[in-house]
Amino acid sequence: MSDIAKRVILTIPMYPDMELAAAKTASVLAELMDFGEGEVEEIQLAIIETCINAFEHSKSDDQEIHIEFLLMADELQFKVTDRGVGISPDTLDGSRVLGSPGMHTDLRKRGRGLQIIRSLMDEVDIESSPNGTTVSVKKKKRG
Amino acid sequence: MNKFDIQIREDGEHAVIETAGYLNDALGEQLAEKAKELIGNGYTQLVINLEKTTLINSIGISILIEIIEALHEQEGALNFCGLSATQERTFRMMALAKYAGIFPDEESAIANL
Repeated sequence: MSDIAKRVILTIPMYPDMELAAAKTASVLAELMDFGEGEVEEIQLAIIETCINAFEHSKSDDQEIHIEFLLMADELQFKVTDRGVGISPDTLDGSRVLGSPGMHTDLRKRGRGLQIIRSLMDEVDIESSPNGTTVSVKKKKRG
Repeated sequence: MNKFDIQIREDGEHAVIETAGYLNDALGEQLAEKAKELIGNGYTQLVINLEKTTLINSIGISILIEIIEALHEQEGALNFCGLSATQERTFRMMALAKYAGIFPDEESAIANL
């Protein structure tokens, strides 16, 4: 892999399981960059959660997600953009989602996607406006 | 497209549910239905074998939480096995490991119910 970033663009419709198309692409690119097996799985899960957040919250008219991958020398970046109505960081973080009504309040059922993404990736940035949302993610190569 | 499957193995006081495919809302709902059916039939000691489940999203995890809660209401127990390192890390982060055991293989998951 040279020092010059390579760019891969993908547009997926908001259909059930289409997040797997993004995950498959991410997997191929991460393997091309010699990420380890565990890191490839982390990247797949992160992009799945990013796409699902867009599916659930964007309310976009075009029902599409635009994904840009940047393959750098030492890291993989991806940006997931929708043209929806925008979303507050609180909603994405799940901080307004109540705990399960049962006995275990730490077992919150929904709204944990962003927490998963942040735990698996090195950097996560969210830009949102009434015209749409972009989630930018970076994963650095280890060793 | 996502191909998934659920296998059930009932053995005395416990039952094992083995899933294959992408554990999302679709597979998760089927899994929850099977688990509730088993609980309804008196199986309160369950193992969920995820060895053939390559990816689990947060909706799938939320459904696993529902199964944990349903079992705890019956004073039952649930152990997971066959998780990848990333899946185990995610389960621990989302507190599932506080209420369900995580074991490397089915044999140890059953032995520790």
